[in-house]
Amino acid sequence: MENENKQPLVQVKDLCKYFQINRHATLKAVDHVSFDIHKGETVGLVGESGCGKSTTGRCMIRLYEPTEGEVIYDGKDITKLSKEEQKKFCQKVQMIFQNPYASLNPRMTVKEIVGEGIKHHGLADKDVDQKVEELLETVGLNKDHMSRFPHEFSGGQRQRIGIARALSVDPEFIICDEPISALDVSVQAQVINMLKELQETRGLTYLFIAHDLSVVKYISDRVVVMYLGTIVETAETEELYANPMHPYTKALLSAIPEADPDKAKNNKRIPIKGEIPSPINPKEGCRFAGRCQYATERCHQETPQAREVKPGHVVACHLMD
Amino acid sequence: MSERENILELKNVVYSFHTYGGEVKAVRDVSYEVRQGEILGIVGESGCGKSVTAQCILRLNPEPPGFFEGGEILYKGQDVLKMSKKEIRKIRGREIGFVFQDPMTSLNPTMRVGAQIEEVFLGRTDVSKKEVKERAMDIMRLVGISDVEKRYKQYPHELSGGMKQRVMIAIALVSRPSVIICDEPTTSLDVTIEAQILDLLLELREKLGTSIIMITHDLGVISRLCDRVVVMYGGKIVEKGEIGEIFYNTAHPYTKGLMQSIAKLDTAKGEKLKPIEGTPPDLFAPPKGCPFAARCEYCMDVCEQLPPEAYTVADDHTTFCWLQHEMAPETDLKKATAKKGEV
Repeated sequence: MENENKQPLVQVKDLCKYFQINRHATLKAVDHVSFDIHKGETVGLVGESGCGKSTTGRCMIRLYEPTEGEVIYDGKDITKLSKEEQKKFCQKVQMIFQNPYASLNPRMTVKEIVGEGIKHHGLADKDVDQKVEELLETVGLNKDHMSRFPHEFSGGQRQRIGIARALSVDPEFIICDEPISALDVSVQAQVINMLKELQETRGLTYLFIAHDLSVVKYISDRVVVMYLGTIVETAETEELYANPMHPYTKALLSAIPEADPDKAKNNKRIPIKGEIPSPINPKEGCRFAGRCQYATERCHQETPQAREVKPGHVVACHLMD
Repeated sequence: MSERENILELKNVVYSFHTYGGEVKAVRDVSYEVRQGEILGIVGESGCGKSVTAQCILRLNPEPPGFFEGGEILYKGQDVLKMSKKEIRKIRGREIGFVFQDPMTSLNPTMRVGAQIEEVFLGRTDVSKKEVKERAMDIMRLVGISDVEKRYKQYPHELSGGMKQRVMIAIALVSRPSVIICDEPTTSLDVTIEAQILDLLLELREKLGTSIIMITHDLGVISRLCDRVVVMYGGKIVEKGEIGEIFYNTAHPYTKGLMQSIAKLDTAKGEKLKPIEGTPPDLFAPPKGCPFAARCEYCMDVCEQLPPEAYTVADDHTTFCWLQHEMAPETDLKKATAKKGEV
């Protein structure tokens, strides 16, 4: 709320990412997505698998080139950076990946993995080792681990190495792509607490991509809900969970399995029929129309525009008229 | 509840694997029972032995390297461990169905979906080909697969994850088993699809009276589905009993830790999650005392030396923890009702 008048740190404007499959088929992974992220804030990006949340994250760090639209970081369009600026951008924005087993090079030692970025950006002249040591301590590992290889670590420890690597270049903004979904329950809390602490001590900004809605509620200030490449609803976390407006958000929230038998058994779920349709050559109209119990003729023909229903609460649904 | 007949009973099962690194004691003295028509949840972290125990029931673990060191597994009064391979094959898939964790890899990619469901009837002479096809189609409809005629002829890669999981459940159900073992059936699925599958399991229990063993690490799934829960840690059971007892009258520090470490919907923003520090024990050299001792905030000297005894907290609630001993100090977990010995 206090950020309202300030320029957002990241602005995603009409971002599209299409994959051409063949001459007749285009997979619209991300289709005209817009949202802002302010400095020091955690934005949760949720949705089912295949809804384009990871693709959005990857476009924002230029792992994918956007097909259309802009990603503006700190006032500059990231696709139009000079070489010098590009290097700086890579230092300021980092990513933590979903799978700690696949995202660390198995042939590099921990020291090399964490130190690579430091060397590349020339952040420590001689004492790369000491910096690596400090980083490992920050994430709860120690210097004995420096000469080891990734396979010697458990999933939780590997994720910590991934976090240390992301932190090594003193970034401002970290994209966390499902950082805990591959971890055990008791270890998940360790990583979440660490991410929160790091945010407090280093003033980091997070984009937190996840499908676990309870965790997203816990960690995020604002939440963006995606469905099949489009954003259906954006709101402050409290507001969204207390007062979901889009039929998809409502159904999604009611499907969360709560770890409380009395509540879980009495909980009235809003069933969604069927499954997420294919994003290849999607039809006109609201993407959710085929599964929505309130869908009217209009929903199938006209794509709903996002509108601000309450301050900070944006919904893309014809029912809001 | 408790008058219901036990359909499956595990008694002091000990199961290990020979590996190059030595012997892994995967399951150490595990006993639980499954009653007629109930859903039993088995919770625990990866590597705690929950899947291995369940696979023991159908002798699905490759032997060698796996081998039984002791115990009994009674299915309808008969010991599975004493059966010949031929006898087990009669139970496997027919009387006890198994739904595997990963529907993407556990279906045969070169076989049509229909054929995979019908494969269960292979070698049986009491049903005709036509009947088999009808049963397969019926079961596909029952598990909520639309457009059955078309799906019947499709290959697994043509189906989505949720559909594949439904096919897996159909395979497990087609011969109307009395028990289905579900090994993390929803872990790789989205929440909305997960909700559909869980509803389906509840409905099947209602309609067919099947007993279900639900293996998962998700306490949310447990709360929605199960009647009774077994909590496992480091190859042992730490607590078991009726679901309300486990959740609202928790008596073991691990169960308590597990519940505190997850972010719930009503967890406040500023509130810190309480993780369980440390990592699970190494099962090559399992601790001689309580497996959880090294990570337990209540740990006493005795915990490191002796494996805890069983204590009965309530009618259907047993815990394995020294804190319940009469000489143990007063803690929030110590129950006045605790008595030595199992139910």
